[in-house]
Amino acid sequence: MKHQIPMLILSAVGTLLVVSVFVPSAQHWGEDATLYFDIIAVFAFFLGGGNLIRVHTEKVSHKSAGWIYSVVTLLGFGIMLVTGLFKIGNPNGIAGDLSKSGSYFQLLFQYVMSPLNSTMYALLAFYVASASYRAFRAKNTEATILLVAAFVILLGRTALGVLLTNWIPAQLSVLQIPNLAIWIMNAPNLAGQRAIMIGISLGVISMSLRLLLGIERTYLGGDS
Amino acid sequence: MGLIISIIVIGGGLLWILYLSIKGRDVDRRIVYLFVGTTVALAIIFRLEFGEVATPIVKSVFDKIENLPAGSKIVLSYDFDPAMAPEVNPMANAFIRHILEKKHRLYFMSLWATGQSLLSVSLDSVLKPEFPDAKYGVDYCNLGFKAGNEGVLNVVITNLRKMFPSDANGNSLDSLPMFKDVESLKDMDLLISIGGGKPGVKEWVLFAGDPGKVAMAGGSAAVSTPLLYPYWPKQLIGLLGGTKGAAEYEAELIKRYPRFKDKSMPALRMMGPQTMAHVVIIAFIVIGNIAYFRSRKKGEQS
Repeated sequence: MKHQIPMLILSAVGTLLVVSVFVPSAQHWGEDATLYFDIIAVFAFFLGGGNLIRVHTEKVSHKSAGWIYSVVTLLGFGIMLVTGLFKIGNPNGIAGDLSKSGSYFQLLFQYVMSPLNSTMYALLAFYVASASYRAFRAKNTEATILLVAAFVILLGRTALGVLLTNWIPAQLSVLQIPNLAIWIMNAPNLAGQRAIMIGISLGVISMSLRLLLGIERTYLGGDS
Repeated sequence: MGLIISIIVIGGGLLWILYLSIKGRDVDRRIVYLFVGTTVALAIIFRLEFGEVATPIVKSVFDKIENLPAGSKIVLSYDFDPAMAPEVNPMANAFIRHILEKKHRLYFMSLWATGQSLLSVSLDSVLKPEFPDAKYGVDYCNLGFKAGNEGVLNVVITNLRKMFPSDANGNSLDSLPMFKDVESLKDMDLLISIGGGKPGVKEWVLFAGDPGKVAMAGGSAAVSTPLLYPYWPKQLIGLLGGTKGAAEYEAELIKRYPRFKDKSMPALRMMGPQTMAHVVIIAFIVIGNIAYFRSRKKGEQS
């Protein structure tokens, strides 16, 4: 029963969603199922939050390696939760928009979370530069083609590409670096992307069928 | 002057690294980091800027908004987080300026929880101060964030009120004049999603633009832009890719509407540091390869 009921729910909902796409009169079934998904997703938020508290509280109580970061995580989680839940400082009160300017939640988001998040992303530039110096080598033909394409794209994404090749006459404008960059994105990249997308789609269809027919059972966990 | 100083400092540093590499000495990664930091800092300090011209993929989005009749309905979805914001937020602000300048009706929403707060920043820093006459509920409105990813799109493409009975401020959609003739996203004239993750532009194409047969445009972080090229130019009329795409749009906006020249145009400003950083990365690749071929040659000789 522990396995049969989830499999039955999955098969029923999956079939319903497929039918709602292909049968116009059944379209609203799919919409209603999506709304139920939204309700279920709320419980997932509770589970996620609860799990985060459990994992980090354990780390702090056992003084595991890096426990101090867990303290920061728990504090950050708690402060954002309280300011957001009770809409502290919100000019429109508890019924107002959560992100209304002036609310503590929005202030914390704008002046703490945003700069921290952007900084983490910006650090990529340093790693890319270091990796390009150490690892990007023309070791064989494929690597050389990749290297040349990277050069064209890097230059094509800046004004330097225009400056370097704007002397090329209009008849040969395809050789101008920005146009070459567009060609790389629009021909070899496009072909590769489409091939990947078709492959993924076929995989998704096959996996969905396996789930609907009850062949794929790994989502049930354990030894099923 | 700033450009000359930058070239001397950066060029000198690169020559030194080239010399060390040729000599077979390992260049510590911290020196590489310092070098990138200095390059970007110089470009920011000296405010290096380069002219931008809109490429066809960006120009087509601009022309679409430009040629829609006044009062057209446009959805702008903030599907990003603060990590992506420096790249894609300038696009959003440029779209707000252009759409309201053309007197279209602007419907904001977000499929990302973080999008709603970023949207508030745009409303307070761009929309309200630059378009004080724009009325909430008449010229623009904020539907806010809704959880459910592409599931949300799956519903709003046929019934908007089923998923959004009220806006972000709790007002019933029926009380807002701009929703009078709006049943679903199919009633919109243009859908714009700005993002770089999932759900993002791709999900908007698959679950809203394409099934609803509504014109769709996108703005995306540079790293995920190549994944969206298969949808252009049919399912996506145009696409703004990364800071470069945003800068091209800003340049086109200033060209057509000079009154925006003195407004904050961060993407155009960011192109200076980005150009310098790209040049440095290219130089590092070249230096790394020179050192590699030299060491390989030495290995063969010995």
